[in-house]
Amino acid sequence: MKFERFGLGLLKGMTVTLRNLLRHPTVNQFPEQRLNISRRTRGNELVWSRERCTGCGTCAKTCPQGAIVIETSVNMTDNKYEVDKYQVDTGYCIQCGLCVEACPYDALFMGYAFERAQYRRGDLVQSDDALLESPERPASGYYHPDVASKLPRQTLLVDKIVEKRK
Amino acid sequence: MTFWPGNYWWHWLFYAAVIIVFVLLMVMGAIYFERRGLGRMQSRLGPNRTGPFGLLQPVADAVKVLLKENLVPDKADKLVHWLAPVVAFAPVLMIFAVIPFQNGALLADLNIGILFIVAVSSVATIGVFMAGWGSSNKYSLLGAMRNVAAVVSYEMPLALSVVATVLVAGTMSMNGIVQGQTIPYILLQPLGFLIFFAAGCAEINRSPFDLMEADQELVAGFHTEYSGMKFAMFYLVEYAEAIAISAIITTLFLSGWKGPWLTPWLWFIIKVFVVFFLMIWTRATFPRVRIDQLMAFAWKFLFPLALINLFVTAAQVLVWPDGLPWYVIFINFAIMGILILAWSKLFKLGLGRSEV
Repeated sequence: MKFERFGLGLLKGMTVTLRNLLRHPTVNQFPEQRLNISRRTRGNELVWSRERCTGCGTCAKTCPQGAIVIETSVNMTDNKYEVDKYQVDTGYCIQCGLCVEACPYDALFMGYAFERAQYRRGDLVQSDDALLESPERPASGYYHPDVASKLPRQTLLVDKIVEKRK
Repeated sequence: MTFWPGNYWWHWLFYAAVIIVFVLLMVMGAIYFERRGLGRMQSRLGPNRTGPFGLLQPVADAVKVLLKENLVPDKADKLVHWLAPVVAFAPVLMIFAVIPFQNGALLADLNIGILFIVAVSSVATIGVFMAGWGSSNKYSLLGAMRNVAAVVSYEMPLALSVVATVLVAGTMSMNGIVQGQTIPYILLQPLGFLIFFAAGCAEINRSPFDLMEADQELVAGFHTEYSGMKFAMFYLVEYAEAIAISAIITTLFLSGWKGPWLTPWLWFIIKVFVVFFLMIWTRATFPRVRIDQLMAFAWKFLFPLALINLFVTAAQVLVWPDGLPWYVIFINFAIMGILILAWSKLFKLGLGRSEV
């Protein structure tokens, strides 16, 4: 005779909820408590390096959304392209990472920051110096293992909660 | 004793104010208590941002809901739509008129107190049905119809389990029932308590019997088309009913305001919250039943068990007319176990599939 059908199943279920009540909840209070995100995250934005960029435009050609605009002029004295304007509409960006993978000179990175929401759509269009790496928008290790090795390891909520419940 | 703060009208005024304040404060406490408790049972925290420990969350919610626009559907029956929250709220307040907060401290010590409660509590259903009908919305109407079906079905086992306790107590006055409980009736009437609890939860449509506002199927059931102050009224009714059922269970089965050391009204409030915690606990645990399961549970399980319980109690009262002795506790717990096991075996849904 299985007693689960005669009310024992109900009681078993109730012990589960009671156990949840008495132990630490599986939550992380976000703005105060933060977890490290994946080192290879694709973030919200692109990080661009003016020094390495040669203005070849491979990123713009490979972008499936056409979100990257790059304008160059010829510098005759140094015999190279001069990047006049590099502009990304992050509103169009689908975070596919193709531009980063396509860049032959490692001048483009995905962003590691994720709190980069803007109030106005116009603010999503970023260009030139706004795209450079800065403390607010570090580069992520996506497609760049050397960058990834310098970032902190990802922390999982499960590990933290298990630690707290001990 | 009964007219404690003075003459008749002062007593009336005083307790009317006490009841309204009590209900409003308890509802706020209950909302906070439920949201935090439910959160912890689902392994999350619940509201903790507004004020210390989120204690001001019910206040913030109330302010938000009161400032909202009051929308009425174009094709709604305006008068019925407007009247429904009032009709639903009044009976709940009336229930508290006969519930003793401590010895003799109640609005009206009716000698038919519990009968009054059984009669008045079903009136709230009319308010709910008016809301469903007046909204001219199919989801509202469906939810209201389900509510009427549930209340009509669960009134039977509810009333029958009440009759059993009344038999043991020998009085219908709520204060008299409390005074008669030297042993809490939850021990003498364990089956009656379970039946009353399940039927009470179904009657006020708390999960797992919350079919009338099953948000996954019916948007929000009968109060889909309500907003602003009128929605707040229904929200208030929902929790006031839960508090009312908790208070009735406290009075009938947990010996009301009786208890050592603390003041009686504090014991009463503590016990109400214990019963309310039990409701939160079942809500957090059990999945919602289907409408056929709801009906089958009332008519095939609770109703016959309530009848048998009433019969057994009547026999016991006949055998021991001067009050039940303490060893009846063990007899009744054994009877409860056997009955639940046997009836679960008989209880079938559909083509012999044993469910629920």
